[in-house]
Amino acid sequence: MTGATLIQLALALPLAGAAFIALARSRPNLREAVSLATATALCIAVWSLLPEVMAGARPSYELMTLLPGLAIRFTVEPLGAMFAALASLLWIVNTIYSIGYMRGNREHHQTRFYIFFAVSIAATMGIALAGNLLTLFIFYEMLTLSTYPLVAHKGDPQARRGARTYLFILLGTSIGLLLPAMVWTYAVAGTLEFTPGGVLEGNIGDGLAAVLLLLYVLGIGKAAVMPVHRWLPAAMVAPTPVSALLHAVAVVKAGVFTVTKVVIYIFGLDFLAHVPAEKLLVYLAGFTVLAASLVALRQTDLKRLLAYSTVSQLSFVVLAALVLAPLSEIGAAIHIVAHAFGKITLFFAAGAIYVASRKTDVRQFAGIGRRMPWTMIAFTIGAISMIGVPPTAGFVSKWYIIAGAFQADNYFVLAVLAVSTGLNAAYFLPIVFRAFFQDEDQAPPREHGEAPWPMVAALTTTAVFTLLFFVFNGPVVDLELGILGGGP
Amino acid sequence: MWTAQLPAFVIAVPLAAAPVAALLRGASWSWACAALASAASFAIAMLLALAATEVPAISYAVGSWPPPFGIELRITGFSALLLLIITGASTIALIGGKASLDSDIAPARRHYFYAAWLLAVGGLVGIVASGDAFNIFVFMEVSSLATYILIAAGGNPRALPAVFKYLVMGTIGATFYLIGIGLIYLMTGTLNLVDMETRIHDVTDLKPIYAAVGFVTLGLVLKAGVFPLHVWLPNAYAWSPHVVTAFIAACSTKVSLYVLLRFDFMVFQGSLGGHDLQFAGFLMPLAVLGILVASAVAMTESHLKRMLAYSSIAQIGYIVLGASLMSVSGLTAGIIHMFNHALAKGTMFLAIAFIATRLTALRLDDIAGIGRRMPWTLGAFLVAAMSLIGIPGTAGFISKWYLVLAALESGAVGALLVAVVLVSSLMAVYYIWRVVEAAWSSAPGAEAAGAREVPLPMLAVLWTAALANIWFGLQPGLPLALSRSAATYLLGQLQ
Repeated sequence: MTGATLIQLALALPLAGAAFIALARSRPNLREAVSLATATALCIAVWSLLPEVMAGARPSYELMTLLPGLAIRFTVEPLGAMFAALASLLWIVNTIYSIGYMRGNREHHQTRFYIFFAVSIAATMGIALAGNLLTLFIFYEMLTLSTYPLVAHKGDPQARRGARTYLFILLGTSIGLLLPAMVWTYAVAGTLEFTPGGVLEGNIGDGLAAVLLLLYVLGIGKAAVMPVHRWLPAAMVAPTPVSALLHAVAVVKAGVFTVTKVVIYIFGLDFLAHVPAEKLLVYLAGFTVLAASLVALRQTDLKRLLAYSTVSQLSFVVLAALVLAPLSEIGAAIHIVAHAFGKITLFFAAGAIYVASRKTDVRQFAGIGRRMPWTMIAFTIGAISMIGVPPTAGFVSKWYIIAGAFQADNYFVLAVLAVSTGLNAAYFLPIVFRAFFQDEDQAPPREHGEAPWPMVAALTTTAVFTLLFFVFNGPVVDLELGILGGGP
Repeated sequence: MWTAQLPAFVIAVPLAAAPVAALLRGASWSWACAALASAASFAIAMLLALAATEVPAISYAVGSWPPPFGIELRITGFSALLLLIITGASTIALIGGKASLDSDIAPARRHYFYAAWLLAVGGLVGIVASGDAFNIFVFMEVSSLATYILIAAGGNPRALPAVFKYLVMGTIGATFYLIGIGLIYLMTGTLNLVDMETRIHDVTDLKPIYAAVGFVTLGLVLKAGVFPLHVWLPNAYAWSPHVVTAFIAACSTKVSLYVLLRFDFMVFQGSLGGHDLQFAGFLMPLAVLGILVASAVAMTESHLKRMLAYSSIAQIGYIVLGASLMSVSGLTAGIIHMFNHALAKGTMFLAIAFIATRLTALRLDDIAGIGRRMPWTLGAFLVAAMSLIGIPGTAGFISKWYLVLAALESGAVGALLVAVVLVSSLMAVYYIWRVVEAAWSSAPGAEAAGAREVPLPMLAVLWTAALANIWFGLQPGLPLALSRSAATYLLGQLQ
């Protein structure tokens, strides 16, 4: 199949899946089978694109011309290919997990859940494969709107409040800051195409470019750079599979992915290097890394703790992208993958603990590792990856970010890395310690072992991914080398 | 060629059908007559729109008396766009809203109601198609009087004070306009707009002309509901029969804006030194205030129709803001927003008309939980609301794109205007989301719990309108071409 056909498939499959899920609403087993089949088909389609991209090709497909000179166009480049491949792979695992979670928890409106989940994945594919900023923006907004019903899923006042915060911050930043940044870019550069080397050089003064960069970094609210991070903890009212795939992988990674794309393909590394306020944004991202870690330290609700950890890790990617050294850009790209594997494992574990024991507070986790050994071992692997210790994925990306920081002689970044590693250890290790080495304070209200098997299978799989990525990261690094010079 | 007669037909069809509708008795004949005539003029408007993309202006001499002696009908890209809006809104509202009209309008009055509807359509179409200042006044009166009847026709007692307020203010507006063109006629001796423009050059004593500019501008601003002369609008929209709201919200204020732009840009601007600055300086602050104040009021309003009425006042501000930027992209933004806003607001009010066939009251508390009972109606409402907010992929995004682009081009003030536009978009998110949350998240009240979805044919009409919001968001070719030609046509006079 040609690249264009595969792009069409990647966009159409999840939407078609959503339609079939709606048709199969009265037969849960069929409905879940459709979900799983769609996820698998999507994964195959996206992964079939990879060899071409690795060989240096940039498959492209133009859907339509929206305004004169502005088309809805998709172009697969290494960064997007990696993001799409990651999201489609984890969607399969997440679907298996969802089946266990939604049934184990006897959630209502399960059909709606699966439909909007599929639509969100379609939007994610659109973001990943977008060939210009306008296309990306369209799917960016689609992702916000299609995840809103998932966040509000429970329908109680707390869920409604959380969903409202979620929607208003994400729509507010994108309409209020990202849209004018984009129109401004178009007004000065005359194009919004993602172009290696950027499109802004020579079209805008350095001072204004700094303002524009600020609009972009804060306007891309999904990257959760402080002070626009509040939507992410608020989104934790969603069912855990949503938190796991969307708020640890698809939505938040869409944010940092967009930042990275804007830095590399709209501004260009060489141009940004002499934009004056660029350093300020490095500090802002560095501040977010540390501040979010400190907030995480004080959380007792596991999902909120993980959310703040995500805020911190996302700013790592932004930080790495803004270091502007070639190796740090690779580090930013790889951290998208590494963090995804680790964080989805942690969320899966949090959901498994909730379904099995109804516990959400980390202070209640004493001795839970003995009841749920698989879950807590996976949790430990995820936590180690967050800290960045071998043999996990987190170490690989940290390695590249450190190497990039040395390339650029940026010791601030090194200091942030060092401190945040310590903070990560400080909030994750006590949980692990308590789970394995303390005795239960009191017997739980009802006896429980592991969560339903699909959930355990899913979280084991992602934990294994986390470990494997430590060894087999070569292809991803090779792929991402392509973002720097055009071809590999 | 018979196609040369189209500018006359587009007015004549609804006007001629009006007495027929008044004479028809029995079940639905007068409705059928109105719908048919409306659809016919819609078809004619489409032909004219296609023709208007190719030539700058189609001129038609009524009774073969050549202008400036006879009455001239003049179809430009601008007027063709307005024709599409008027006839399209009327057709969709009539066909989709039959059930709602049947329950709102007493059977004994129905044939008169449809006659008034056709007169309103004919009047509005006449204003837009006419190239003669006095003729515009006559059609303005025809459409206004007919619209007063439509608003009061529902038998809602609260509609009567509302329509009286509208009548008083509308009459003041029309009188101001008449005084203005009277003064111009005194000084130039002509009523043909194109002729007027050239003859003002030769006027030596400009004082009466300046007075005329004031009267015409103010009168039309009043009729267009531009802030702060909008006070007649919220109640007139809120208490009229629901389908009437869908129709007039889509087109009536925009027609006054059309006349306003035509006078200020074409008749005055090329002829009076510095008029462009005065125009922009007068309207831009009003537009900005209107956008912010009306959006803020909409955020606090709990009656669904009043909320959307205030939203309309804010959206009129967008149109005026685009025009006051005095650039091609600004005017394009303003004019295409007439079209896009008509699509969005017309759809939303039609959806509300459908909801009103199931519920007696339309406060946010009353519609609690209705989204679960009428998912398709509320779904269409939501699609149009996305367009109102300006979510990419909908028609509203195209307007917003051009408006932001135009504001950025206009220099230092531009950044501030961008902020105004975007802040008000966020305010729109807020007031729309109050509806969404009420409709979906709350437990249904007693009345909403028993509500059923409207029948399929009605949904088909509603969704045609809703999908048009998406279609013109992805394929804005036709309205964009018409708006662009309108913008260059208006600015072409500014040399």
